[in-house]
Amino acid sequence: MGFYKNLSIRQKQIVWAWAFLALPVVFYVVIRFYPTGNAVLISFQDWNLLGDRTWAGAENYLKLWHDPVFWKVFRNTFAYLIIGTPVSLVISFVIAYHLDKLRFMHGFLRMLYFLPFMTSAVAMAWVWRWFYQPVPIGLFNNFLAAVGIPQIEFLRSTTNALPAILAPAVWAGLGFQVIIFMAGLRAIPKSYYEAARIDGVPWWTVLFEITIPLLKPTIVFIVVFSSIGFLRIFDHVFNMTTNDPGGPLNSTKPLVLMIYQSAFTDFDMGYAAAQTVVLFLILLLVSLLQLRILRDR
Amino acid sequence: MTATDIRASSETLLTVEAPKKAANMGQVVRWLILFLGGIVMIMPIVYMLSTSLKWPHEVYNVNLWPKEPTIENYTFVLEDGRFYGWMINSTVIALITTASNLFFDSLVGYTLCKFRFPGRYIVFIAILSTLMIPTEMLVIPWYLMSQQFGWLDSYWGIMFPGLMTAFGTFLMKQFFETVPDDFIEAARIDGLNELQIWWTVAMPLVRPALAALAIFVFLGNWTAFIWPLIVTNSVEMYTLPVGLSSFGDEADVQWELIMTGAAISTIPTLVFFLVFQRFIIRGVVMAGLKG
Repeated sequence: MGFYKNLSIRQKQIVWAWAFLALPVVFYVVIRFYPTGNAVLISFQDWNLLGDRTWAGAENYLKLWHDPVFWKVFRNTFAYLIIGTPVSLVISFVIAYHLDKLRFMHGFLRMLYFLPFMTSAVAMAWVWRWFYQPVPIGLFNNFLAAVGIPQIEFLRSTTNALPAILAPAVWAGLGFQVIIFMAGLRAIPKSYYEAARIDGVPWWTVLFEITIPLLKPTIVFIVVFSSIGFLRIFDHVFNMTTNDPGGPLNSTKPLVLMIYQSAFTDFDMGYAAAQTVVLFLILLLVSLLQLRILRDR
Repeated sequence: MTATDIRASSETLLTVEAPKKAANMGQVVRWLILFLGGIVMIMPIVYMLSTSLKWPHEVYNVNLWPKEPTIENYTFVLEDGRFYGWMINSTVIALITTASNLFFDSLVGYTLCKFRFPGRYIVFIAILSTLMIPTEMLVIPWYLMSQQFGWLDSYWGIMFPGLMTAFGTFLMKQFFETVPDDFIEAARIDGLNELQIWWTVAMPLVRPALAALAIFVFLGNWTAFIWPLIVTNSVEMYTLPVGLSSFGDEADVQWELIMTGAAISTIPTLVFFLVFQRFIIRGVVMAGLKG
């Protein structure tokens, strides 16, 4: 250790820092960076796991461009985003806004809303799947039958299945968003509200001129966070449609499920990798776009 | 004070009282609506639990409380032992991954926060950039890697991608900013080496952040689905969500059994939440806002 003793304090720090970072740096290179590069590389190759990896150029991307299933999947993925994000944002804001004004049994109410966040998506997907079954099995249709409303085909209809699958995903995420919104609401200085009250400003003006503008950082966070979640939806879709994943007729299939099937059902690794690159680009573009739009205003 | 003055002040009190009562009514209505909304929120969980206690012939009945509650479904589902195995797998994997994240994420976060060394900025940016890469992009290369090294169908194979996370690293880095440099300097003068300073001086000061990180990592791994689904082949190696998914398919229309399986995989986290509620909500806020 004579060598170490001769080092200056600054040099010792450098040695320590790199000693601490050595293993993590290896981890990030081998488990994050190398696979990222590898995914991009495979997307330009043709490979079925067993045979040779052959160079395919942009073939996988061209195939994707001409694949009608991909465009269907593309629309579905954005449907999850475009319905899911605003709906969950508005519901969770309304709940948080009112919950914030209550003191009586506040913790208990908060618990009721937060509890679904602690469940596993797979377990709840199966619970909701049961709710959606036709009579005499499904809960929802039994309720409808009891009040004499015609049956609704939830998971078997090409138009209803997507929102039906989205519902438990929105439901499970609400609690988290409510908690984040409430923290945001707490952070707004009380003096603004007091000034508004003294001036006799009506509540909707307070809401739109004080509360919402000051909540903007919270709103940006929730929008970006939940959008990424909806674009990557998989667990709910897979488990609610196991007999025909992404069905009926691909009407609920999101991009991640298409990736899963291309890679681990069809073993078309190059094609699946090209889809993951597309997913990456979609996530990147959507996040950047949202940050841009929401920050500017 | 004359009698009229008293009358007058009591009258003003009354007029002040009236809108206050209206406000109170508003609060009551608000409370009731939020309460009903909250009940609706937990209905799926309640129905899952109630159905898991019903006999098959009663499943199609929408009543909340089973007429003849039974734990028969639980004994039946647990009988063949698969659920025990899956629960052990999930617990072991979630615990090891959590411990690894607590150790490495805080070590890296601390190093990036408190040390000045060449390459610091590059390491920082490199780890930050991995946040933008979706897991789904990595599963194919991870699968190939696992296949090559024989990691398929093993605990290590399920765990290795999540042993460290950029999210946890930045969360910890944020919190180490609150640890005064003077403390670290004082410990250095006392002759502690850097590892001791990190472990005995800095770590105890960020305990709330460690708790928040632990909750997130544990819950994330307990409910993780897509990667365990890909990397496991044999029933014995399934985690709880993967096992439940295959069990659901197998049980087909026996919904009381599926609800029992779902309940078995949900009850541990629900109990955990009910016990540590305050703590968890604070942790979620901390992680959500700082991360």
